[in-house]
Amino acid sequence: MTIDAVSQQLAENIRKYDADYLEARLEEAQTSHITYRGRELDSIGRSSGIGGNVRALVKGGWGFVSFNNFEDLPGRVAAAVKQARFVGGEVSQLAETEPVVDSVSEKSDRNPAEIPLAEKKRLLDEYNDIVWRTPEIQTSTIGYGDSRKKTIYLNSAGSYIEQERIDFTLRVTAVASKNGEVQQVGMSAGSRGDFNPIQHYHRQVERLARHAVTLLSAPQVKGGEYTVVLDPVLAGVFVHEAFGHLSESDFLYENDRLREIMKLGKQFGSPHLNIVDSAVQPGLRGSYKYDDEGVPATKTYLIREGKLTGRLHSRETAAKMKESLTGNARALNYHHPPIVRMSNTYIEPGSVTFEEMISDIKEGIYAKNWYGGTTSMEMFTFSAGEAYMIRNGRLAEPLRPVVLTGNVFDTLQNIDAIGNDLDMNQGGGCGKGGQSPLPVSNGSPHIRIRRCLVGGR
Amino acid sequence: MEKILALASRAAEEAEVFFTSSEETSVHFETNRLKQLQTRQQTSVALRVIKEGRIGYATATGLGDAENLVATALETAQFGSPARFELAAADSLPEVEIFDAGVAAVSNETMIKLGEALIAPVIRHTPDVICEAGVTRGTVTVRIMNSRGGQANYRKSFFSLGVEGSLIRDTDMLFVGDSESSCHPISDSRAVAELVVRQLELARHRAAVSGKSLPVVFTPNGVASSLIMPLISAFNGKTVLEGASPLGKRLGERVFDQKLSLWDDPLVAYRPGSRPCDDEGIPSQRTRLIADGTVTGFLYDLQTAGLAGKRSTGNGSRGRGGLPSPSPSAFVIATGETTFEEMVRDMKEGLVVEQVMGAEQGNILGGDFSGNVLLGYKVENGKMVGRVKNTMVSGNVYQVLEKVEAIGRDARWVGNFLLTPPIYCSGLSVASK
Repeated sequence: MTIDAVSQQLAENIRKYDADYLEARLEEAQTSHITYRGRELDSIGRSSGIGGNVRALVKGGWGFVSFNNFEDLPGRVAAAVKQARFVGGEVSQLAETEPVVDSVSEKSDRNPAEIPLAEKKRLLDEYNDIVWRTPEIQTSTIGYGDSRKKTIYLNSAGSYIEQERIDFTLRVTAVASKNGEVQQVGMSAGSRGDFNPIQHYHRQVERLARHAVTLLSAPQVKGGEYTVVLDPVLAGVFVHEAFGHLSESDFLYENDRLREIMKLGKQFGSPHLNIVDSAVQPGLRGSYKYDDEGVPATKTYLIREGKLTGRLHSRETAAKMKESLTGNARALNYHHPPIVRMSNTYIEPGSVTFEEMISDIKEGIYAKNWYGGTTSMEMFTFSAGEAYMIRNGRLAEPLRPVVLTGNVFDTLQNIDAIGNDLDMNQGGGCGKGGQSPLPVSNGSPHIRIRRCLVGGR
Repeated sequence: MEKILALASRAAEEAEVFFTSSEETSVHFETNRLKQLQTRQQTSVALRVIKEGRIGYATATGLGDAENLVATALETAQFGSPARFELAAADSLPEVEIFDAGVAAVSNETMIKLGEALIAPVIRHTPDVICEAGVTRGTVTVRIMNSRGGQANYRKSFFSLGVEGSLIRDTDMLFVGDSESSCHPISDSRAVAELVVRQLELARHRAAVSGKSLPVVFTPNGVASSLIMPLISAFNGKTVLEGASPLGKRLGERVFDQKLSLWDDPLVAYRPGSRPCDDEGIPSQRTRLIADGTVTGFLYDLQTAGLAGKRSTGNGSRGRGGLPSPSPSAFVIATGETTFEEMVRDMKEGLVVEQVMGAEQGNILGGDFSGNVLLGYKVENGKMVGRVKNTMVSGNVYQVLEKVEAIGRDARWVGNFLLTPPIYCSGLSVASK
């Protein structure tokens, strides 16, 4: 059974149930992956998946049923409604949005399912050869994945939206080892729709392999407070992890204290700071035309000239906070209900060049590249795969990977320079509420942070 | 399944079909009250073939379209890595109790009551804490069959409950939380609620640490969030095979403190991490990894064992639907003789670390960990005096565990993957602002 047939069947019936709101989301996806561990191919495989879910709202209570067995669809819908009724005891609130009927296809240079596996493998062989040409490399991992996914969303208000997306991802890690010491450096890249960008990472792969070897003899930074300059990749992670998650209204809407902290109009940084979440930029991994509640995507200024000006909403949080819809309810796949998520999040560029930014730093750290990051509301921690000391206005010796941590409010205030070189990273995947990795992109120009806590020995 | 196997066996030298089906129901509480009920049903099938000596692999949801699944697996086999193993032959599997029919019989009403009982004591203790809670019940069925006659078929039930509370005062935020899981229904959520209340009680006051080297007691949650990731990677047979494990060449050597013993145990009754066989149908076994400080083994699946000239330890795991790869079922750390209270009493100045955020971001392979103490308490003159903030704890597990002060007497499960007592270590680097 195709999802088109299933959706047609559901569309005819979905208004008949006694619920305040009812939606269904059907998906079919084809993926392929190739991984290398060391010199050898580790795994190659293809998968196909099909499934769906129904979500119901009754008196403020939600019911959610996911399945990949399409027998007894009416039974699934009835179960979701029954669950919602069981939970509900208030008044349902959803921000108004016009029903939409639309079909959105993906612009793509190649359909991943039609690119021969041999061609994908040949590309990874090239990358792996580059890693292994580097002396003192102990091992490497390379992971390539592509997916093509079609989603049909429909709801009890008459929306019927078909959307397609194609994603490519590439991760490369090089591990160097000497005298029992082990160091690793990794990169992750992605592309929306097009295979071509994935084919041009030879130079970056070469650099990362060399850097892994360099780290073997690099010192660990001494822990403490430093002036830190972040490259666009890491600053993008910072803006996503540390600040972006606080803009997700599902954390806020029923939490008066947090709402007080995140009050619109509050000064969060200096006037040169502008932070945006936008799903409407074409060609980025976090982009879409409609979110998973059928709401059109928007560009939202989260911070404008240092002041808090917006946040991200689902239909429920927008209604409860009496704010405008932003179209940020997203679900990883049909196993999950949509929750408030970011799309493409970035700091807008300023005017400072990188050289100017480091020129007056006597002793500081230049932290580059993404290794990982997580947040717990006000506190964040993220790590740089590559780091250098800055001494007397110049880049100095390389350091072992550093972990940066701090309080987001202090840290945003401490951003005292914003570069002119915005760059978006497409390799990100975001995790929240057990839904990971959701395709997003993060970006920023170089930024400088005063008094940042760095972990070390 | 039989059809897929028959089709694939005709086209390839060897074939194996792995089928899994699960159904779970959960109740979710947000902001102290019931918000959502969820039911999830899922089935999937994975086909692994060996054709002209190479491995091919394809997966699909449901039972998929058998012809298409076989064709895709054969296509990938042209490029697959050379197989270095034979599939599991027919074998008897150990008895391990992992199914309780009582789980499916737990009503939604009961689950909601359990959730309410998780939250009530917490907000009674601190009225302005905001809780999220969840209670989940489910069952999973696994079937494996292959062209060498290997077969496995088991059913597992699982039940879990957990609560997380956040407390915000000005811009100060405190996060507490705990959880419990079993293959039995859990009929009482008070134990978990009490742990959370205790966290709130201990965090009532703030205490400052100055950056330096300090002794640290890692609670079971603390062990899980800071020390375990590097060990999981180091004992993975694949990491060893690649030469990237710091323990790879140290089999038989005393690397850790003599008080430390660790094994992988898929045979503990009624634990959600337990199973009679791994995802390749290899019988489950207990595998000793550290015995009295000495490295005694690594974890293998069939292919990795074949490449390394070892035997599979029954640790082939399919993770996110990929090919099997070595992975622990559940790590168990042997208990010691010291009570948690004795450890705390022993410290003049130190930390009790309950939750570390981001520790796994460092150089895990090398054993480094470094993270923000999300929940931890300062110890002064043998007493926990308050919670620390803006504090990072860093170290290297091989240095930290080479000599530990003490291992706790009482162990506790953390999630499904770790049973551990508290561990008392000295000389951790602590940075604070």
